Amino acid sequence: MKKITLNLPILLLSILFLASCDKTDTATTPINTSPDFSGNYILADQMARPAINTVFIPEASKDVFNTTVPSQMGGLFASAFGAGLKALSPAYAKAGDKNALGLDATTFGSVLATDVLTVATNGTTTFYDGTNVLTGRRLADDVITVELLLIFGGEDFKENPGLSDDHVDANDKPFLTSFPYLATPW
Amino acid sequence: MTQKSKFLGAVAILSVGFGLLAADHIDAPAVKGGSADITDYYAFQGENTSNMVFVANIQGLLAPGATGAAKFDENVMVEFNIDNTGDNVEDLVIQAIPRNGKMYFFGPVAPGTPGTMSMVKSSATKASVDITPYGSAAITATENGMKVFAGPRDDPFFFDLGKYREVIGGKATSFSAKGTDTFAGTNVMSLVVEVPKSTLGSAAKINTWVETKKKQ
Repeated sequence: MKKITLNLPILLLSILFLASCDKTDTATTPINTSPDFSGNYILADQMARPAINTVFIPEASKDVFNTTVPSQMGGLFASAFGAGLKALSPAYAKAGDKNALGLDATTFGSVLATDVLTVATNGTTTFYDGTNVLTGRRLADDVITVELLLIFGGEDFKENPGLSDDHVDANDKPFLTSFPYLATPW
Repeated sequence: MTQKSKFLGAVAILSVGFGLLAADHIDAPAVKGGSADITDYYAFQGENTSNMVFVANIQGLLAPGATGAAKFDENVMVEFNIDNTGDNVEDLVIQAIPRNGKMYFFGPVAPGTPGTMSMVKSSATKASVDITPYGSAAITATENGMKVFAGPRDDPFFFDLGKYREVIGGKATSFSAKGTDTFAGTNVMSLVVEVPKSTLGSAAKINTWVETKKKQ
């Protein structure tokens, strides 16, 4: 009788020990381990509209632009963009000059300075397809020519024809109609 | 004539300060050519028109011979930002980060704090996919309504960057009648994620941008 009461705690302890062993085993089994995602991640690079910040932000300001949140870009960079447009393109040389969107250099510069891509959630998504303007960016969109036209093409897309189209109109491989849409690598 | 020379003069002055026009390829000093260097960003309606597709490309101008060795960096998170209230502040994010050969996607989810510092929202809606090795067919996965891909692809960007450089440098006065695609034959590391539009809120228009964030 006495012997049994002495052994009971030992038995209980050994059960607990075994249980904790099992628990440890489970936690270290790779299949049940989720990856470690802890830590803080700090902004390094960002972009939205193709080529815009690359063209209009001077080299010395690029790191600052890349780490400025979009809601603050307009205040910091709008005037530089407006001045850049006027300096770069003869299509904005005369007072009152506008692009095909009806925007003068100052207004267009301030639109461009906030680098976000506007995307329609209810229909066609394209940079420009002849009808829809800035409702997204498809893989096949000739974004560079659209931007050159808006920078150099003037009110009717007809000014400075030598500067407003690079004459590369399509990708070097066809895109896929289905996910993941991009072509296989070379 | 006068207008042209005035233009070229302005271009010559500007070219000192201006970088290269190439989507976002070859970018700022701090990220140039590294594992956090974004080359391009796309957002478009999916084949299933109820879905939206986001594409982020990083590490541009990979020659085919260099593509097999290109890797996603476990210390770099790619964050798709979505503003659905028109204030250019992100209301939702989709985060992508690699671990042990898989790419994990979280979201769309409200960021803990909007802005320049983020933590991985690892308790959010999740999808993961094996990173497609160079030379293999695309490995895709669909989980929780989210379709995902990560791996090397042909760079979808096309542009006569060479001629643009000549124009900006004053060595040419116009583009060629038939351009040369500087990005032909090169690859990028791509992330593609397709989500139901209903997960992005109810706004008719969203503002979106992509970021790379490095572990501190």
